[in-house]
Amino acid sequence: MGLFAVCLSGCNGTQSALDVHGASAIHLKHLMLLVIWVCALVWLTVMVVLAYALLRKRRVAAEVNAGADNRATVIVSAAVGATALIIAGLTVASFYTTRLIDGDGDAAMTIAVKGEQWWWRVTYMRDGTPDFETANEIHIPVGRTVLLQLESADVVHSFWVPSLAGKQDLVPGRTNTLALRAETPGVYRGQCAEFCGIQHSHMAMSVIADDAVSFERWLADQSAESLKPAEPEATAGQAVFLGKPCAACHRVRGTPSAGTTGPDLTHVGSRDTIGAGLMERTRGSLAAWIADPQTIKPGNNMPMVPLTSDELRAVSAYMESLK
Amino acid sequence: MADGAPRKDLRDTALDSAELDRHLTSIWHTRGGLWAAVSTVDHKIIGRRYIITAFVFLFMGGVLSLLMRLQLSQPEARFIGPDRYNQIFTMHGTNMMFLFAVPVMEAMAVYLVPLMVGTRNIAFPRLNAFSYWMFLAGGILLWVAFAIDTGPDVGWFAYVPLAGPQYGTGKRADIWAQMITFTEISALCVAVELVVTIFKQRAPGMSLDRIPLFVWSMLVTSFLVILAMPAIMIASSSLILDRLVGTHFFNPAEGGDVLLWQHLFWFFGHPEVYIIFLPAVGMASTIVATFTGRPVFGYLAMVMALISTGVLAFGLWVHHMFVAGLPRLGESFFTASSMAIAVPAGLQIFCWLATLWMGRPVFKTPLLFVVGFIITFVVGGMTGVMVASVPFDTQVHDTYFVVAHFHYVLIGGAVFPLLGAIYYWFPKITGRMMSETLGRWVFALIFAGFHLTFFPMHILGLAGMPRRVYTYQPELPWSGLNMMVSLSALVLASGFLLFAIDIFRSARNGPAAGSNPWGAATLEWATASPPRCYNFRRMPVVYSGEPLWTEDELQVASGLRVDRRELLVTAVVAATPQARESSVPHSIWPLWAAVATSIVLIWSIFTPWAVVWGSIPVAVALTGWFWPKGAPEEES
Repeated sequence: MGLFAVCLSGCNGTQSALDVHGASAIHLKHLMLLVIWVCALVWLTVMVVLAYALLRKRRVAAEVNAGADNRATVIVSAAVGATALIIAGLTVASFYTTRLIDGDGDAAMTIAVKGEQWWWRVTYMRDGTPDFETANEIHIPVGRTVLLQLESADVVHSFWVPSLAGKQDLVPGRTNTLALRAETPGVYRGQCAEFCGIQHSHMAMSVIADDAVSFERWLADQSAESLKPAEPEATAGQAVFLGKPCAACHRVRGTPSAGTTGPDLTHVGSRDTIGAGLMERTRGSLAAWIADPQTIKPGNNMPMVPLTSDELRAVSAYMESLK
Repeated sequence: MADGAPRKDLRDTALDSAELDRHLTSIWHTRGGLWAAVSTVDHKIIGRRYIITAFVFLFMGGVLSLLMRLQLSQPEARFIGPDRYNQIFTMHGTNMMFLFAVPVMEAMAVYLVPLMVGTRNIAFPRLNAFSYWMFLAGGILLWVAFAIDTGPDVGWFAYVPLAGPQYGTGKRADIWAQMITFTEISALCVAVELVVTIFKQRAPGMSLDRIPLFVWSMLVTSFLVILAMPAIMIASSSLILDRLVGTHFFNPAEGGDVLLWQHLFWFFGHPEVYIIFLPAVGMASTIVATFTGRPVFGYLAMVMALISTGVLAFGLWVHHMFVAGLPRLGESFFTASSMAIAVPAGLQIFCWLATLWMGRPVFKTPLLFVVGFIITFVVGGMTGVMVASVPFDTQVHDTYFVVAHFHYVLIGGAVFPLLGAIYYWFPKITGRMMSETLGRWVFALIFAGFHLTFFPMHILGLAGMPRRVYTYQPELPWSGLNMMVSLSALVLASGFLLFAIDIFRSARNGPAAGSNPWGAATLEWATASPPRCYNFRRMPVVYSGEPLWTEDELQVASGLRVDRRELLVTAVVAATPQARESSVPHSIWPLWAAVATSIVLIWSIFTPWAVVWGSIPVAVALTGWFWPKGAPEEES
């Protein structure tokens, strides 16, 4: 228990139920600490009684007698009563927390999140219709409640960003919702929590809580069509992208590419990571990914497209330029 | 069949002990040779096989867990690829739940219950033989599939659509679903045998309030099996139909429902936990009584706790689906019911504490394991209360916190008492004692190894590590604890290895045990160790719940015929004698029936016509099995 207590105060990280920055997660942490401490106390009490029962000195001729049995009946009954009371108390605390979380106010905006093997399709809505699509990184305004509409394209997934809120499954044939509200700006990591196949381990996402000004700017940037490549290498890359099978699965708005199987790449150069949170987005990691996605993330749905080294460099430069 | 066939209608009243032993041996004996070995219906031989097979599966499952710990010891390790890893964790869960935990508890009961209630064989002995062969065939199917890279890779819960026809390509999910059918058939067979044995074959005088607590726990467990297993058989059969003939039970695009699978699976899956846990509770009670030298405090309360746990077990399944998006009100109900089960669990803990307090504990290995069980299981119960709360669960569901929780419950709550039970009953089964010195080392290694392995997983889960991942990224702060867990797993494994060594050594060279080495109170200790093929020379009669403590010499009932396998049938409540009943002789047909059934089940993975053509050999085998013997039960 000592180890546990140290960690409760000291565990940091961007993906932790104990390092909380969202309204729900804060309520949940309070509940968790309450329940953990109550249970720890009960456990300690039981252990003390157990130790004494095992090690206490016994009189030589202690026989089973009715007096001892009667006393034990009273004590055991009291202990059962206490258990029931503690359990009832914790149940009420649990219900209370559920109400606190549900009562988090009306949502400022709605974002549709679709789980796919093994990435997250994120669609921002404007006036109830889809505005633009992105992947794996969800920007939200800090201090505002955002409602996620969770659906699945294939198998069951689960959306979990522990620093902000508890998890919610994405179930085929259903639409679930989850309210998020970040109280402090920052990047909060999460990942799929329901086993969803061969690359379940590499299906991460992040929620980025921006202040109001940055969020509006980001929204405007993402809503726009892709930037025209300025450098010659990027221009060559665009030609390769459109000429090779890439465009069959990926869309870059403002170009003829219109595939919807894979993530929308219109502003891929503005994202922090690629491969569903697998690698930091750099020119090098983009090239590595495009060259051989199956070694980096075995079993994922992106095939290896044979490219010459010049083509590879050009495509990576083009991706990088899609800010 | 017996040499020098006894005169018809010869009764045990007419014979002295030596004469009676000779007659009973000739009628109950299992001869040497392979044919006789596979035809036997002796519950002790079948029970022993069952226990050994289940422990072999335990060790194989343990090796899988070490492979997983190797892969997880470092971030982004490449020891095992994702495809193999997913098979390994699926195999580990499936193997431990379906091929070890449930069968080993039933196996212990197959061996012990007839002895503890004072009868000569289990009810439906041929069904018992059949159930073992089905269990073995299911286990072989699963492991052979794994060996040829067709092991299931969809998790032991096989959620659709991942396990459905569209995403679960190949035969991997079919292997899983059909393996379920094998083990459920065997579990259901044993459950029915146990219910009938316990209700109808108890020693005269063993009224309901004198049944040993282990036997009570097996009775409740058997009812849980009978009520819970059909749900999983419906689920796995529907899955096979979806995959094989294109039904759409679980396909939302065609009006099916994904959550239907989860409901059916957990309606079985949660009682499953108690199917494993309740027998362990019975073992713990037995050991506590023997090593404190007094009956367990609060017999009636203990029985009521067993029964209410069994009832509540069916009202909890939704707590496995708290994040699936069900209505809030329903979830609140299941929070309350999941919390409520802590009350009967607590009651049992308090009764053991009171027994230990008032008795005189003798610290032999079995009691050490029970003390370890109490320490560990209470932690598992506490984390159980935590995951019962919907809001708490949304943060820990499907994380390593839950992995820690259920290993505390299943290893701490079931395997610890089971190991204690092996140390306790090994002398009865083999006639030899296990080593007390090694036993202490085994306990220390397993207890320390267990906590060092599984406690840190709570913290990993709270720190955000999900379950069922084959790796994690280096920037996540989990590597230190994962390395610690992996190293600790070696300590735990060494404990189990030492346990195996102790078993082999003691089975060959252990000191002779005598009939009652612990001075225990229940009937299995009233006969030789190991028991003769007929269990008891004369049928014991009991006048209390602890016959060997309260009676100087056991009284016996007589008048049974010795020219056939006769045993006593008694009344359900008061166990007053009602009839003499003959128990069936050995037969090869249960084996053939199991072979024929296995062929149908495995063949049907490939074509639905298997069910049509495969039913012919099944019919032949069953005809042989039930062929009239020409010895009517006229006078019973």
